[in-house]
Amino acid sequence: MSTLSVSTPTSQAKAQVAEKRGLSTAAKRRLPLLPALIFVIAVTQLPFLLTVFYSFQSWNLVRPGSRHFVGLQNYVDVFSDTTFLVALLNTVLLTVVCVFVALLLGLGLAILLDRKFLGRGIVRTLLITPFLILPAAGALLWKTTVFDPTYGLLHFVFGTDVDWLSEFPLASVMAQIVWQWTPFMMLLILAGLQSQAKDVLEAANVDGAGRWRTFVSITLPHLSRFLQLATLLGAIYIVNSFDAIFLMTQGGPGTASTNLPYYIYQRAFEGFDVGQSSAMGVIVVILTMIVATFALRLMFRTFSVSGGIK
Amino acid sequence: MTTVAPRKKQYGKGSLTVATWVIAILFVFPLLWMILTAFKQEADAYTDPPKLFFTPTFEQLGNVLSGGFLPYLSNSAFVTILSTLLVLLLGVPAAYALSLAPVKGTSNALGFFLSTKMLPIVAAIIPLYVISQNTELLDTVWALVILYTSMNLPLAIWMMRSFFLEVPHEMIEAGRIDGANLPTLLRKIIMPVVAPGIAATALICVIFSWTEFFYAVNLTAARAGTVPVFLVGFITSEGLYWAQLSAAALLASLPVMIVGWIAQNHLVRGLSMGAVK
Repeated sequence: MSTLSVSTPTSQAKAQVAEKRGLSTAAKRRLPLLPALIFVIAVTQLPFLLTVFYSFQSWNLVRPGSRHFVGLQNYVDVFSDTTFLVALLNTVLLTVVCVFVALLLGLGLAILLDRKFLGRGIVRTLLITPFLILPAAGALLWKTTVFDPTYGLLHFVFGTDVDWLSEFPLASVMAQIVWQWTPFMMLLILAGLQSQAKDVLEAANVDGAGRWRTFVSITLPHLSRFLQLATLLGAIYIVNSFDAIFLMTQGGPGTASTNLPYYIYQRAFEGFDVGQSSAMGVIVVILTMIVATFALRLMFRTFSVSGGIK
Repeated sequence: MTTVAPRKKQYGKGSLTVATWVIAILFVFPLLWMILTAFKQEADAYTDPPKLFFTPTFEQLGNVLSGGFLPYLSNSAFVTILSTLLVLLLGVPAAYALSLAPVKGTSNALGFFLSTKMLPIVAAIIPLYVISQNTELLDTVWALVILYTSMNLPLAIWMMRSFFLEVPHEMIEAGRIDGANLPTLLRKIIMPVVAPGIAATALICVIFSWTEFFYAVNLTAARAGTVPVFLVGFITSEGLYWAQLSAAALLASLPVMIVGWIAQNHLVRGLSMGAVK
């Protein structure tokens, strides 16, 4: 916040200078930004506007000539659709649990790695690898190697014949997603740990602060920006989780592990119901925007603390 | 007291190291097991208890490579490389404009870029399908190149902007006073500082493009399918061909794994700088 008040006058001054030089300078300065801006608007915003347009229509691809305007009917249908509500709940649960657990595990692993020890490079390489393999490969790998009731590793370790994917579908999918995302969290947090000023830590040590005290009073506040960013990025990607559900459980059994991306996919590409899946898409965007507004505000506070919006 | 304490500390460090190793190996065990399985015969792949010792064979890897995997691999390579280059082509000037030459509305533009990452991709998939079908881009690599570029561009701009902010302002001013023009400034002062950051950004784009699943599954099929799409073919038959599935999963992940291993220091630096600046 403090740097924001410092940087604002300078950017104002800069803007004034730019104005004095005439419009052409400001335009020239915007020029390098334009291609990226236009590209992103065209590819991300136009399809979404079409989604909004489709959401007011009854349109099923398997019934030719069925396309007509129905107003808000699709939205009414979506909200009275219990599967949609289940999928919404599953999405929230999956995102919150996975982000939280991956963050905690990532923090633990990062602390373990933030020391000098024999083979540290190898251990770090091992630990980041789940982030580097294809999520699709990871999902299939967990489905077969870990969760198989007869030949899986869990069966071998615990000796039970539990069919994990049908008895605990959502938890199984979560386990795989946590496994995939923990290394990403670990990398970010590790970077945070390693960017700590060593003299501050030494000073704390000299002053007689214990390890726990140092961690809580110095390391955690320093890490908070990294933790916030890991949460935000993790949430963005995990909310959109599709691979694990598509490949491990197909949303089942029943709708037990159906999340919104998977349900919309089902309505669109198996039910061919363009209107209704579009309405669901619009609702998801509105819900996400409500959550994201808070997240973005947090983010901007975070960014302005360190460098200011220069 | 003074003699006991260091020894105790030393001992504690040793056991912590062992614990770290054990935890790391347990954590990646499913992956290690997959790699092992990729070198098994099918009969050795599913036994109860699992077989740790067996005669390794390259048969499965060979089967995957000769079983139509290569077109998917080349599609993935093409899409990943081209979309990453496009991200850099569009993103570097944008990051420059947002960091070293900002004008009014800069933070709005930054906010806009990041907000596009918040849009769930499912919300746009139907129009994208219809548009690709009408423009005959459906099941072509071009649809994916465009979409992956737009998927990675916002994050890339955010990351690269932070590296541009690292360039000392005084050096640029000094260079300007000495009469250096923009190309010279870029080449002599700015690029050397930001180059590692651009490399890290490119790496992250490569990882996300190579592993992307949702667009690839919905917008491509036999002709333009990427490596993740190839793996989908195993859902129906995975019960029968575990070893071959493991071999395919290994081959599919290997390129990104190797790149990521080699450049992990870059990755950490890129993530942290992009994250916090």
